[in-house]
Amino acid sequence: MSDPTTPAGEPGKSPESLGGPPAGTEDVPSWKAVLQGLGPRALALKVGAPVLALLISLLITVGLLRITGADPVSSIQSMIDYGTTPNSVVDILNRATRYYLSAVAVAIGFRMALLNIGVDGQYRMAAMLSASLGGALTLPAPFGQLLTIVAAMLVGGLWAAIAGVLKVTRGVSEVLSTIMLNAIATGLIAYLLNDKRLAEVRPGSNNVATPKIPESGRVGPLNGFLASIGIDLPGQVYGLLPLAIVVGIVFWVVINRTRFGFDLKVSGLSPTAAQASGVSAARMIVITMVASGAVAGLIGMPELLGASYEYSLNFPAGLGFTGITVALLGRNHPVGIALAALLFAFLDQTSDVLQEVDVPKEIVGVMQGVVVLTVVIVYELVRRWEIRLQQRAVASELATGHDLARETS
Amino acid sequence: MPDQVPAVRLSSITKRFPGVVANRDIDLVIARGEVHALCGENGAGKSTLMKILYGMQRPDEGEIEIDGQKVSFRSPADAIARGIGMVHQHFKLADNLTVLENVILGAEPTRLGRIDFAAARARIREMSQAYGLRVDPDVLVERLGVGDRQRVEILKVLYRGAKILILDEPTAVLVPQEVEELFANLRELRAEGLTVLFISHKLDEVLSVADTISVIRRGTTVATGLPASGVTAPQLAELMVGSELPTPELRESTVTDEVQLEVAGLTVRTAEGRAVVDEVSLRIRRGEIVGLAGVEGNGQGELIEALMGIRPADSGTIVYGGEDVTGWPTRRRREAGIGYIPEDRHRQGLILEGTLWENRMLGHQTRRPNSRGPWIDKRGARRDTTRIVREYDVRTPGIDVPAAALSGGNQQKLIVGREMSGEPRLLIAAHPTRGIDVGAQAAIWDYLRSARAAGLAVLLISADLEELIGMSDTLHVILRGRLVAQVDPGTVTPEELGSAMTGAGRAGDAG
Repeated sequence: MSDPTTPAGEPGKSPESLGGPPAGTEDVPSWKAVLQGLGPRALALKVGAPVLALLISLLITVGLLRITGADPVSSIQSMIDYGTTPNSVVDILNRATRYYLSAVAVAIGFRMALLNIGVDGQYRMAAMLSASLGGALTLPAPFGQLLTIVAAMLVGGLWAAIAGVLKVTRGVSEVLSTIMLNAIATGLIAYLLNDKRLAEVRPGSNNVATPKIPESGRVGPLNGFLASIGIDLPGQVYGLLPLAIVVGIVFWVVINRTRFGFDLKVSGLSPTAAQASGVSAARMIVITMVASGAVAGLIGMPELLGASYEYSLNFPAGLGFTGITVALLGRNHPVGIALAALLFAFLDQTSDVLQEVDVPKEIVGVMQGVVVLTVVIVYELVRRWEIRLQQRAVASELATGHDLARETS
Repeated sequence: MPDQVPAVRLSSITKRFPGVVANRDIDLVIARGEVHALCGENGAGKSTLMKILYGMQRPDEGEIEIDGQKVSFRSPADAIARGIGMVHQHFKLADNLTVLENVILGAEPTRLGRIDFAAARARIREMSQAYGLRVDPDVLVERLGVGDRQRVEILKVLYRGAKILILDEPTAVLVPQEVEELFANLRELRAEGLTVLFISHKLDEVLSVADTISVIRRGTTVATGLPASGVTAPQLAELMVGSELPTPELRESTVTDEVQLEVAGLTVRTAEGRAVVDEVSLRIRRGEIVGLAGVEGNGQGELIEALMGIRPADSGTIVYGGEDVTGWPTRRRREAGIGYIPEDRHRQGLILEGTLWENRMLGHQTRRPNSRGPWIDKRGARRDTTRIVREYDVRTPGIDVPAAALSGGNQQKLIVGREMSGEPRLLIAAHPTRGIDVGAQAAIWDYLRSARAAGLAVLLISADLEELIGMSDTLHVILRGRLVAQVDPGTVTPEELGSAMTGAGRAGDAG
């Protein structure tokens, strides 16, 4: 049985750790800091760094647009014009809801440097199986909806647990196992989504889908509620949009206010210190994978219960991968992820309009990449700079006699 | 024979880090063609000095001269260009490449744009012959033992044209036979006119291989250019440790009859089945400090990790306060009142990225004042962190700074304060004063003394023999995972203890 907590190689002491200089930024490698969403602590930097990063990426985007021969100002103007029409706003909100849940699922793993690449397979398995369950039963509201949601969380959690258990008992990297589990999920879904098994053929098309969820098991749109507070929107805003908000709040509370969140954070920052402090790494890995998978299970729910009512070949795919980028962009913070999800949804939604001004819509993918890269790089640079600044500040404050140990209480 | 212009001359080297002076006014002269040993305790500043000489750090003050010429290194590449090579303590080799590939990696000879393996192989053969470094260039590094890997490291450096070799604690990873082979190699290198700078804190090794010895203590040179034939191990030890320092000592005995920890037949094996802790039995009573003396790497680390539940015991029992805790997980042991000052505070003792109050919670996150039920009690943790900062004199402007911003001594005081909180009944203290300044060291001894008086049982592990002798009520010697002797700290001298630790001298059986 291999021990997932021991890093490769001799667990020897780094020579720097003995009496040398106070450890600086070298101790958490950049890739880890990026994954875990470590950033500057001071509020001004927290807000300033992303603003700076967005400005830089805007500049790069403008440059890119110019290279493709388009007029940057009119392209961006047309994106904004199109993106703020009421119909687009609804689509953006709905997209952002899916991206948000997906990114939170990824962020849970990132918190302890666990890379759950399998969110994609987890949510598709969960949506498919819970859709067939919801379609097979007719229960009075809200039991049908609850049953479907709980089933989805269970399926997602269990599918992710496979990777967690493999890592703990066999030392299999969660990156590899979750990627392979994605492929297995694709195969399983293709097998089950068949009229001989869980699905039925939709007459008049070559689409196959799970049986429709009955009326009583659906979640109505949010438009009525929004209208009652003075926001009139066309189309259908996902009725489960508030679920994403609740997930975000729970995520924040668990991470910042509970012992579990503390253990999670410590495990991510220093597995050795976590172990010495009494955290069981194996337990944390499995719990984190299950939690990440359970949230992944929710990704398909707004669409399933609020719009499609079935899992078919047309069900949105690939959300798990978008979630990874959105989580990186949102720095693992519930609010950051919300802003990132909205930005990504906006860019995706408005990509079509670019074709009207003769810009290939794929440029949006490049823009998203540019945004993530600049944010990640700027954040990491600002974080390192801040630590260095703090070390100097501590030394100089002590030198000038500002010393908590010496103050009278 | 060494000629007139020294190979290396360091004058008045000073290097400061925030809050610490790592090197202060270091003067060192190394003659060409000698094996020069640099000794000093852990944390004395040897590594920093070598990093400066190798271009990894730049000195704040002072000058470096190589072969009589003043130099200023910006990176190791500059140092390599001047013929300085460094063999690191932890090997930097690619396992899946051959010896040949490893040696030429980054300095590949090319012919018509392709790597000229034939020329490289010929050159390596020639070098291994000339210096007596026998390694087959075509074998994969993963198949080599530790001693061979070290020879590959040396070849790598020589291949890059090094005339001055720095070896950082080269024997730390070797078994005695391999040490002998290494020393034979070093003598051959010297015979070929190379200069070797050998860093070590193992006195017997230093005396057996070096021509000249310099001693560094608390960041400065206290002796330079001593001829190896003219000094004895005890003299060196005294130079390394110094004598004007605050002395660790215990006053009257506070040992009670109540046994807090009873370890019987504890054995810990490596994955390969070798016993690193071998049938260790010891007993610690309340109010007693039990010291464990041993050369580093003789099972101390594994023993304390087994006591903390970080590493599973393969056999034997650990009884704590009358309860068998052998199967308990780390958290339960900590909750039962076992405090832990880890050997490596950056790996096990702190989250460097975390604030001081988060670090206060570390290891105590399930208990008040840090938490209530499943919830973190941020206010309680913060208040108690302020208390620790005041009581233990942790020099910091506030408790919201990251632990990384503190100097080593202050980090250690925070850990000591944390582990003394919550009324521990047993403290496992590994190198509690390593690498910290004199003042903090004396303070930590004070805390240990008063906690002992209050009935704390302590297991003390240290490389500082004076600390061990002065602070222990009972003193065991560990060698290759076994407790080989128990000595009376009241009568034993550091020299006697040192020879017991290496298994050389008569095993002290006093006490």
